Amino acid sequence: MTEETDALSSLIGRPPKEVGELIAGLPFAKALGMRLVSSGDGEAVLSIPYHQDMIGDPETGVISGGVVTALLDTCGGIAAMASATKPTSAATLDLRIDYMRPATPQRVLFAKATCFRETRSITFVRASAYHDTPEVPVATAVGAFMVENRRNWPVSKPDAPPTDPKGAS
Amino acid sequence: MPPLEKIRAQEALRDQALLRLAGAAPYVKFLGVELDRRGDELTAILRFDPKLIGNPLLPALHGGATGSFLEITAIMQLAWDGIWERIEASEPDAQSIALGQLPAMPKTVDITVDYLRAGRPRDAYARAIVAKRGRRVANVRVEAWQDEIERPFAAAHGHFLLPGAGENAP
Repeated sequence: MTEETDALSSLIGRPPKEVGELIAGLPFAKALGMRLVSSGDGEAVLSIPYHQDMIGDPETGVISGGVVTALLDTCGGIAAMASATKPTSAATLDLRIDYMRPATPQRVLFAKATCFRETRSITFVRASAYHDTPEVPVATAVGAFMVENRRNWPVSKPDAPPTDPKGAS
Repeated sequence: MPPLEKIRAQEALRDQALLRLAGAAPYVKFLGVELDRRGDELTAILRFDPKLIGNPLLPALHGGATGSFLEITAIMQLAWDGIWERIEASEPDAQSIALGQLPAMPKTVDITVDYLRAGRPRDAYARAIVAKRGRRVANVRVEAWQDEIERPFAAAHGHFLLPGAGENAP
């Protein structure tokens, strides 16, 4: 199960800058330097910089597939939440990743995720990780996310919407 | 060399080779994955670190950290199988591997990760089973657990391109 959960709640209706701040609030996404490029209407675009720590193959300097997995998982979760009307959390059920070509060392990697079917509790997402355009992918992914809605959302939760007196700190 | 010393030397070479394998990729170190060996059997250990958290409120491990851990475990198992074969077959090979001359690493073709329950903020363990090792491609299954091995929190299966399968393929 993943974790774009409560910390990414109340995504809808928030300016992208705040969603970006929420991503920075996910310690693992922050540790990898993930950033929000855009989100909304069932789509999300994220970026991740190249870093020595991410290298999976020291011979070539190519980043580990695990980094690509982390980027696609986070991006898919945010897209799933960007499609729900009142999302409180998105947990990954499964994620399949196909590696098309190695990521290019020293280059920023992007991911774009799109929801293509949204049911009451499950959202299906397609995603692509790329350098220049999603049509030339480093990797593609399909995933299913469980999206919880705001029904029964306790107002006292620390991550309640910005209108809540406690705010979303 | 007397038999006992020879066995000890062989065991030392195996340990050194495994350390070289675990230490080769910066991302494996960044994530905090260690390899534990019992004979030729491997268990990968993900040492808990606060940076691995995805949801700070639960708190739970990030799905990307869990997915990375499973993929690394699969790749390490495949690489180790190849290394073990060479270590056991040839002493000079074993020496060079122990000195860091590692063979090329397997590459992920595809991987599917199933998230079964939230990863808790503590160490996790994983083992991989090579379902099929072909000449060019291997199929691997991995399961990761924390408290009880019978209650995995994540599982994965995938295909991996084996080194030497490119232009150097037989």
